[in-house]
Amino acid sequence: MQNAARELQEEHVQHQKQKEPEKQPGHQPGKKKNKNLEYIKKNYLLYLFIAPAIILTIIFKYIPMYGAVIAFKDFSPMRGIMGSEWVGLEHFTGFLTSPNFLNIFMNTLKLSSFELLLGFPIPIILALMLNQIRRANAKKNIQLILYAPHFISVVVISGMVFLFLSPTGPINSLITLVTGNSYSFMSDPDAFRSIYIISGIWQGAGWASIIYVAALANVDPQLHDAAKIDGASLLRRIWHIDLPVLKPVMAVLFILAAGGIMAIGFEKAYLLQTSMNIPASEIIPTYVYKLGLQAGDYSFATAVGLFNAVINVFLLVFVNSVVKKLNEGEGLM
Amino acid sequence: MNLTKSDRILLTVNKMLLVIVSLLVLLPLLYVFLSSFLQPNTLLNKGLMLSFSDFSIDGYARLFADGTILRGFFNSVLYATGFTFVTVVVSILAGYTLSQDGLVGKKTIMIFFIVTMFFNGGLIPTYLLVRDLGMLNTVWAIILPNAISVWFIILARTYFKAIPNELKEAARIDGASDFMIFLKIILPLSKPIIFVLALYAFIGQWNAYFDAMIYLEDRELHPLQLVLRSILIQNEVQPGMIGDQMARAELQRISEMIKYSSIVVASLPLLIMYPFFQKYFEKGVMVGSLK
Repeated sequence: MQNAARELQEEHVQHQKQKEPEKQPGHQPGKKKNKNLEYIKKNYLLYLFIAPAIILTIIFKYIPMYGAVIAFKDFSPMRGIMGSEWVGLEHFTGFLTSPNFLNIFMNTLKLSSFELLLGFPIPIILALMLNQIRRANAKKNIQLILYAPHFISVVVISGMVFLFLSPTGPINSLITLVTGNSYSFMSDPDAFRSIYIISGIWQGAGWASIIYVAALANVDPQLHDAAKIDGASLLRRIWHIDLPVLKPVMAVLFILAAGGIMAIGFEKAYLLQTSMNIPASEIIPTYVYKLGLQAGDYSFATAVGLFNAVINVFLLVFVNSVVKKLNEGEGLM
Repeated sequence: MNLTKSDRILLTVNKMLLVIVSLLVLLPLLYVFLSSFLQPNTLLNKGLMLSFSDFSIDGYARLFADGTILRGFFNSVLYATGFTFVTVVVSILAGYTLSQDGLVGKKTIMIFFIVTMFFNGGLIPTYLLVRDLGMLNTVWAIILPNAISVWFIILARTYFKAIPNELKEAARIDGASDFMIFLKIILPLSKPIIFVLALYAFIGQWNAYFDAMIYLEDRELHPLQLVLRSILIQNEVQPGMIGDQMARAELQRISEMIKYSSIVVASLPLLIMYPFFQKYFEKGVMVGSLK
């Protein structure tokens, strides 16, 4: 992402440079257009190559963007998108004033922000710990184990959660040994967020540490040696040498993660939902799915989804500006 | 280099902590694997006192007695392969074009793609489009809507940018056409990136369930993950798995074994194969990420 943004800027600069000669006297307008046409003719193959990607993007990304106008209409499948009546912001106000709104909105916000705050530092700590292992083989074997859960599907992870936490499962067997009663984890709304976040960390923390491990590989060992001679302790060296190297990576990943705070994944929350834990587990994406695809209330569900997307963009911009301030003007945009 | 005493203690503690963390990751997986061969809770009650007589393949036998899981397996192979083929071809071709210096309209095209990373129509409009295209209950609903991945295109482009221009120029002087240059020079050099993208696409599709859940109502078409969902989450035991009438407690016991077995069947192939591809995965994270 960052690369893409930077390259766009570079291209822009090059673009400017290309434009400069045009300002010279004697330039004939229209010449550039011809030049471009010539280029396209000469390199038609390149445009043929990119055509499938462009066509797919138009169909499956841009047409649904237009389709999102049904959020402002009273969509009926019989009359189609064009033929449906405009209703303005009715669906949005309907959602914002519905009794469910506050609960669902707060659930979404809490689940993803807790996940971010708890989940974000762990891969960094893991990477710093792995970085201290000097024997390449040992390091590789530990990494092999830590990455493994990433390759397990979300359905299987959720299934494991249900099996492990079932009233007769292993965790409850241990609890019964100690206290004498079992605890029904999956039907307790208060336990939902912890279960969701802990299982997420178990699955993803190892994998997320890859990028930090790679960044640490770029640290010049001579820096550490010099610091050792000066008598710096290990913790001080990590603090003053390793962490500054990770800072730019952390900044970008944090912006991206925080920017996605309202775009929390539907998949695991939906799987871990039981009729009992709905008060904590109903989040905007699951709500949109149930309203739209199960109840057929297309317009209202689209409005809820759109509301979510708008909040998300604001968050992204906001977090980006905060991180920029903290990070000496280095942000994503 | 001599370390101070406190540093050495710290390093030892660090090693111990990493071992504990590794165990925390490994033990649940091991527990699932062993439990698939055992009566429920045998592992907890007997611990290390397990004997060979405790092991049985009853769970697996019943899982495969019903054709559902095998059909799901084959459906998943089909979807993952088809999806991988389309998405890799589209991404490689687009990435190659975007890696060319002086491409007319490059900036516009890049913006055209990147916008879709931040904005999309959302679930419902996408669903309505797929429905209107008549793709419900077809393979295309799984393969096409997600085949376009801006992330993949950027990865491919980053890779192609690193291929030196001199190679192309030399071939051009020899009179090779653009297409021949791509076929004979560029493609053979792109095996690593093709491999990385294919791995990501295949595994992503193999583990996905959501699109199949909304687009494929027909149970015959369900991929492995949806079959797993019915077994693991919805507690539906297929009639073919339980042949005879049995008491409730017995049913509970059998279905638990079937659940553990189904997790192993679905996850073991990937877990066994992934160490061989580990370095490619790491490459994928690095290429196109933050420099």
